[in-house]
Amino acid sequence: MASQTEIVRVASAPASSAPLWRGAWAIFSKEVRTEFRTRELLTTTAVFALMVVFLFSFSFDPTREESRRFGPGLLWIAILFAGTLMLEPSFLREQANETLAALRLAPIQPCAILVGKTMANFLFLAITEALLLPAFAVFYDVRLWPELPGILLALALGTLGIVVPGTIFAAVTAHARMREMLLPLLLFPVLISVLIPGTEATVALLADPPEWPSLWLKLLAGADVIYLVAAYLLFDSVLEE
Amino acid sequence: MPPTGMNRILWLVVKLAAALAMAATGYAIFFVAPDEQTMHAIQRIFYIHVASAWTAGVAFLVVALAGVLYLVKRQPRFDWLGVAAAETGVTFTSIVLITGPIWAKPIWGIWWTWDARLTLTFVLWLMYIAYLLLRSLVEDPQRRSVVCAVYGIFAFADVPLVYFSIQWWRTQHPQPVIGGGQGSGLDPTMWRVLLFTWAAVSLLFALMTRQRYRLEAARHETEVLRQELEDRKESPAAASRA
Repeated sequence: MASQTEIVRVASAPASSAPLWRGAWAIFSKEVRTEFRTRELLTTTAVFALMVVFLFSFSFDPTREESRRFGPGLLWIAILFAGTLMLEPSFLREQANETLAALRLAPIQPCAILVGKTMANFLFLAITEALLLPAFAVFYDVRLWPELPGILLALALGTLGIVVPGTIFAAVTAHARMREMLLPLLLFPVLISVLIPGTEATVALLADPPEWPSLWLKLLAGADVIYLVAAYLLFDSVLEE
Repeated sequence: MPPTGMNRILWLVVKLAAALAMAATGYAIFFVAPDEQTMHAIQRIFYIHVASAWTAGVAFLVVALAGVLYLVKRQPRFDWLGVAAAETGVTFTSIVLITGPIWAKPIWGIWWTWDARLTLTFVLWLMYIAYLLLRSLVEDPQRRSVVCAVYGIFAFADVPLVYFSIQWWRTQHPQPVIGGGQGSGLDPTMWRVLLFTWAAVSLLFALMTRQRYRLEAARHETEVLRQELEDRKESPAAASRA
């Protein structure tokens, strides 16, 4: 029960002196530790994402030119699917032993729970992407190397854009029936604002000759800012019982 | 709480006015509005189509505002307003999505195109259907209100982002057919008919939302009464004291 000792450690400090980052860090490290002991989530999601990319190549059988045009879309859809799959358990895991109530009792700012979980989800999705990207390059014969910084920037911004609303919605659906089905239904229409700029940015970067997609990157960054602000304003309500 | 006396008569008048306005709209669309030069009769669907689209936009704004008000004030009536507006909003969006292709097929030759506004309407429709699903799948009433308020606000804040994404995505690719034209110089009579239709549809929307709001209020009241009854069954002593 590493998570509990961690919380106790934070709790031993007076509540007022526990700043946001310390609480968030405690939650983050608890999430990461839980995950790396079982590695259930990462393995499942990574295999699932690989499977999606793999299956797409059957349904399209793309030529080199086609994969440059369609590939980025497939990549982003795979990331979106993987993200939804992985966000699901982040609050569900707390339900088995009612540990969310314990987290709420901890003398950390309630916001820290969401921030910590969002950070952990970001890390998990980033790891999945790191595994997915080389596989994508190999399967679709795409040269990612020369444009890697731009692609990584787009992926980082996009991942934040998926993870912030995703974590909020995961908290929101944790108490619903059929939550496994509900989360993607809530998330996909909202995340069109990440899917389109992410895909277009990657298309531009992989084009021949490559272009710097400043408009799409700005749009991704704008989405991140709006989501962060909305999350900041709404987190209190999300966690209340 | 059912309305009484004057209030009741007032609402009856409003309802009659809405019915008359809708009938008058039908007349205005078919007999007052001039014939469009190239599209002729089929263009008359435009009035209902556009008026419904505007009304749906208003409805979703109401959902977001009701969400904010609920989270700030914590009064269940804002939650009722939210669900009422979301349901009517989805209804009007459905009307837009049905009348759109009926209009598009003879004019553009296709039922659907991934044009910016079409896509945005479709995304909105999906978002608010998800909102209603979310509502039906969370049992605890208090939680349900909070959760729906959060999603309603988030979805509305996302609309401009989705809009710009789709807009720029569309200008990047060549369009097979561009509607265009319509906004650039509408006949003054057409404008008047459109605004009149919009007013009538808005009145209908307000009435439908109110009706749905009252249904939700009645449901809430029933729930409270049932809870009270159960409490009494469990502890008759406490009930008799009260």
